[in-house]
Amino acid sequence: MGQPYHIRSFCSIQQETILLNGKPVFKSEQEDFGAFAKEAYQFLTIKYPKFFKMDHLSKLAFLTANLVLDKENITPDEPSNTALVFANSASSLDTDRKHQESIKNKDNYFPSPAIFVYTLPNICLGEISIKYKLYTENSFFIFDSFQPQKLIAYTKGLLDSKKAENVLCGWVEFDGKTYKSFLYLVSAKGTLEHTEETILKLYNA
Amino acid sequence: MSNVFLSHNNIISALGFSSEANVQKIHDEITGLQVVSNETLLNEPFCSSLVNQTLLEKKFQNLHPKGQFTRLEKMMIASLSPVISASEIELDTKVGFLISTTKGNIDVLDKNSPFPTERAYLSALGRTLKIFFGFANEPTIVCNACVSGILSVAVAKQYIQQGLYDHVFIVSGDLVTEFILSGFNSFQALSKSPCKPYDKNRSGINIGEVAASILVTKDEKKLAKESVQILGTGSCNDANHISGPSRTGEGLYRSVLSALGDSKIDPQEIDFISAHGTATMYNDEMESIAFNRLGLSKTPLNSLKGYFGHTLGASGLLETIVGVHSLNNNTLYASIGYEELGVSLPINVIQKTEEKNLNVFLKTASGFGGSNTAALFKKII
Repeated sequence: MGQPYHIRSFCSIQQETILLNGKPVFKSEQEDFGAFAKEAYQFLTIKYPKFFKMDHLSKLAFLTANLVLDKENITPDEPSNTALVFANSASSLDTDRKHQESIKNKDNYFPSPAIFVYTLPNICLGEISIKYKLYTENSFFIFDSFQPQKLIAYTKGLLDSKKAENVLCGWVEFDGKTYKSFLYLVSAKGTLEHTEETILKLYNA
Repeated sequence: MSNVFLSHNNIISALGFSSEANVQKIHDEITGLQVVSNETLLNEPFCSSLVNQTLLEKKFQNLHPKGQFTRLEKMMIASLSPVISASEIELDTKVGFLISTTKGNIDVLDKNSPFPTERAYLSALGRTLKIFFGFANEPTIVCNACVSGILSVAVAKQYIQQGLYDHVFIVSGDLVTEFILSGFNSFQALSKSPCKPYDKNRSGINIGEVAASILVTKDEKKLAKESVQILGTGSCNDANHISGPSRTGEGLYRSVLSALGDSKIDPQEIDFISAHGTATMYNDEMESIAFNRLGLSKTPLNSLKGYFGHTLGASGLLETIVGVHSLNNNTLYASIGYEELGVSLPINVIQKTEEKNLNVFLKTASGFGGSNTAALFKKII
């Protein structure tokens, strides 16, 4: 069904290390994610102050997307039809727990809109869309574990129907002290095959 | 590419425990909203539409469940169960399972919850439901803010057209919880009285709760009498703000254009719009701008938030199901709460429930993160 699609670039961030197309880009000694994300932001000279108001999941997704999109010359100056199809297992639980903390004590009740808005996993898609001017399809899925075949079917649907020219896909998980992101850009062009086998190999690398 | 249809369906809400019961109440212009005083949920009275706990328990126990289930799981199971039974489809590997929700079992994070906090993982909710029904496939959970419900219909259609499944069951649900109410209250968005979408005197949103379920299938032998065809869908981000809609309605405008292109129909063929209409000024204003840009200012439109409140990740599916019955009953349902136009551009809000020959409707939704989704449905003749 439809034409074959390919993977152009891919990026992963985990354990204080950033890999782009399989090659190390940045490594830090900072075990705290907030400190690591700040160092990575500075190292990559991103210059987007809104970054610092984002929650951890959005920062993780934003950094990973930034690396892939910049590598493929997808910039806000020339808006592209790039859809975002992300998934994870913990949804926005990391921030949910912070909001819950603010309401657990009736005598010390301090719910805040700035935190509450991040209690949805798709907010990270909104953050990337705003930065890159992507007026495109955004979907956030939750799976028990990374399941490329579902993402493949959905991505192919978007490309076959011409709703998108490129799809930035993958996994962005932030839960307590552990995090892992793996995003890859799919389009007609590219060198790697858009298959479950390839995607799993890159994910596990 | 094969046609894909919406088939058997169910709604569990304050208005009743079947789609037909809910639609009858809507026909009679009866709201499920009322003022609630419950300090464990919010330290001041709020207006909401809640599922009757005693009736829910009775419906749920009739299914002879084994194990401990949260309130949301009971609602979802009680909603999806009659849909699976009516469809007479064996849950084999060609049957997909979608869940749409924004917050799932978030209430288990509360220190007074009898459930372990691990149940807050949406994947745990998926596992519980998968095991209860015996689905052969892992569920896909669509968690995309307030467009989740309608986006799940678009996802089901794509899964079927890509050959992943022949049939997909969707269950949607979200609860009224302290977590949600405290958050919306911190935005000062909650109305203390029944909401008034698009009205000059609107006072904000109400949060409500429902569970809704539907069968999506390509098999014409598995249709219900009210079945409709999914013509096309579109989903576009505003690329503007994470908690406020675009002032130009950009994402919604593009979503409807995308759904029209996918459907290969003209805007003039749309008989009515089941809109989002949360009754916040920014949302309603944004919709009026988008619909005017699309040349849909004269198309009859309703918001069902005046009956159920905003039911978050379930609202899109709930309102789609009511729209399906609207087509089947050839009836435009009144947008209750509306009296006088309160947006800057003209829109044709349905003020009185009336019979009319209907063929096509447009469902739209918008949500945090700048998300928007549109879908078009057509009666099967």
